[in-house]
Amino acid sequence: MTQTIIDTANHIAAYAAKAARVKVVAAYPITPQTTIVEKIAEFVESGEMDAEYIRVESEHSAMAACVGAEAAGVRTFTATSAHGLALMHEVLHWAAGSRLPIVMAVVNRAMGAPWSIWPDFSDSLSQRDTGWLQFYCADNQEVFDTIIQAYKICEDKRVLLPAMVCSEGLILSHTFMPVKAPEQEEIDDFLPPYDPGWALDVDNPFSHANLVSPEWYMEFRYMIQNAMENAKRLIPEVDREYGRRFGFEHGGLIEKYQCEDADLILVTMGTMGSEAKISVNNLRKEGLKVGLARVRVFRPFPKEEIRKLAENAQMLTAIDRHVSFGMEGFLATEIKASLYSREKSASDPPLVAGFLAGIGGRDVTYRDIELIAKKSWKWMQAGKIEEETVWWNLRE
Amino acid sequence: MVTLKELPKEEYILKGNPACAGCGAAISLRLMFKALGRKVIMIVPACCTTVIQGPYPYTAFKVPLLNIVFEATGAAASGIVAALKKRCIEDVTVVGWAGDGGTVDIGLQALSGAAERETNFIYICYDNEAYGNTGMQRSGATPFGAWTTTTPTGKREHKKDMPMIMAAHGIPYVATVIPSYPLDFINKLRKAKQIKGTKYIHILSPCPTGWRFPGSKTIEIGRLAVQTGIWALYEIENGEFKLSPPSARLLDKSKRKPVELYLKAQGRFRNLTDRDIAEIQQWVDETWEKYKRLQAN
Repeated sequence: MTQTIIDTANHIAAYAAKAARVKVVAAYPITPQTTIVEKIAEFVESGEMDAEYIRVESEHSAMAACVGAEAAGVRTFTATSAHGLALMHEVLHWAAGSRLPIVMAVVNRAMGAPWSIWPDFSDSLSQRDTGWLQFYCADNQEVFDTIIQAYKICEDKRVLLPAMVCSEGLILSHTFMPVKAPEQEEIDDFLPPYDPGWALDVDNPFSHANLVSPEWYMEFRYMIQNAMENAKRLIPEVDREYGRRFGFEHGGLIEKYQCEDADLILVTMGTMGSEAKISVNNLRKEGLKVGLARVRVFRPFPKEEIRKLAENAQMLTAIDRHVSFGMEGFLATEIKASLYSREKSASDPPLVAGFLAGIGGRDVTYRDIELIAKKSWKWMQAGKIEEETVWWNLRE
Repeated sequence: MVTLKELPKEEYILKGNPACAGCGAAISLRLMFKALGRKVIMIVPACCTTVIQGPYPYTAFKVPLLNIVFEATGAAASGIVAALKKRCIEDVTVVGWAGDGGTVDIGLQALSGAAERETNFIYICYDNEAYGNTGMQRSGATPFGAWTTTTPTGKREHKKDMPMIMAAHGIPYVATVIPSYPLDFINKLRKAKQIKGTKYIHILSPCPTGWRFPGSKTIEIGRLAVQTGIWALYEIENGEFKLSPPSARLLDKSKRKPVELYLKAQGRFRNLTDRDIAEIQQWVDETWEKYKRLQAN
């Protein structure tokens, strides 16, 4: 049994936090995330949600309060965007290093200066190396499902790491879509109450996260990397189980669309991965064997899946909504790094092209994606990439 | 009021901890634990206690302790308090324990937020009047004239009045203490434990290493701080200011020892000119005029 909620992705994130029976929420408003924490305030004050809501004075404090609450043994939630996420940066490291499975909705927004309230992935991708799992959603249904799934994955004793569930601001955050939410009892059955890996306890006193010498520090880092590898195995399992129970699956680590026989595979994240399905359908009608791989999980990065895609394709084209200044789009880099071989072989890996699109919220239509694919197709046939990084639709 | 005989024998800070000899913070930790008992959860940011608690895999305290980033003590404590409430744990005292840098400077925002939200916890600032863990750099709590590594010719500004800033938040309990007066220290902490809401305790914590005096003189230096009036012991309970017994009699200026006695006992003040000392004496006397007005109200 499910109930249909027609609402924005932000409100849907709040519904998901409620459905996950979160016990402490600490949050600070920021555009375009604000309506999440407003909705949660409504839920808490009306008694629909049995949680303590800490109205902190900054995002830095929001994350620190989540660390404190989670360390004291309860499930916590927060949400932020852009500069709020950047302000949290120090505590993001602390949360992951403390092995606390906090789940946070990140409503993606471009970083200033100059000010922008429109979406790109510059905020969350700047936090790539903090030890947080990163999910990127393509629609409101996926926002709901991924928040529930994230708690199950993160709280697993083999993982015990925090997660960001990202969705593009305005494109999803303020757009109404129908979402099917399972009944509360069904969610409770899928996601049991939080059983912490460790908690502050007066009957079992110890200092947590105290000074660690070089003799030990590296092992703590190794354990986080290990946990990421465990998460990589667990994410598709949990997604499949969720699908079996409730009917929605989102591709595990990477959602593949018409990739089996594709010569050219477009690789992207978030809503561009939803828009690109229309492009693939149109290109197929024209006889171009184009496929689509939507990277749903950026950390841990699905490098094995990327390698599998590369086995039959002649070219992979990364469409990135963010640039690493002085390098290129993040996906382009990760794909190339994944494909670099550990042994000499007779066959070259496929070509990898990089396009930057939609930065700072510039619209990316299915038509844009078709044109990107056609340009890539030409390079693929010629066996040569003419331009290493293309800034799509750049003003002259 | 507790007497020395009634103090618990149990120690919660263990021998062999890495505090400097004569460390005012280590003595304060011992007294704090004796006052509050074992049902305490501590939250500690970057400060000397990051070291005093001992390195992994050891721990020098018999209470659970969460380390947190420098500026976040008040916020992390808010999270712990909220979680304990959800878990219906009512007999545990949450203690934020931070140095002066982590309180009056970088951590002021998070502490102010926690106080404004009426978070039910005790925040304790142990103030050695400089960034001690990084080797004595100037903080907002460093007094006028004091040498630090970032004020090599002496600080030119006076100390930030943090207890009064906290009192201005309208919290139910603010108190100043010093380990040289252990019963006053313990009684105030025990009182704080009984009060609901945010309680703020400010310890002047003599620091032999940073203040440049022998480790055997910690208690003596602390007594001089009180006797000269450079540090006043008081409580502000529900807005009502009250000087504590060791300080109350010093309202009469003639009862106060000259500040020079306190200053001359410490290497950090060795470069003070007579004019500097007069400036500090005047600052102390003006501060006491303020206490006189507060006490009268």
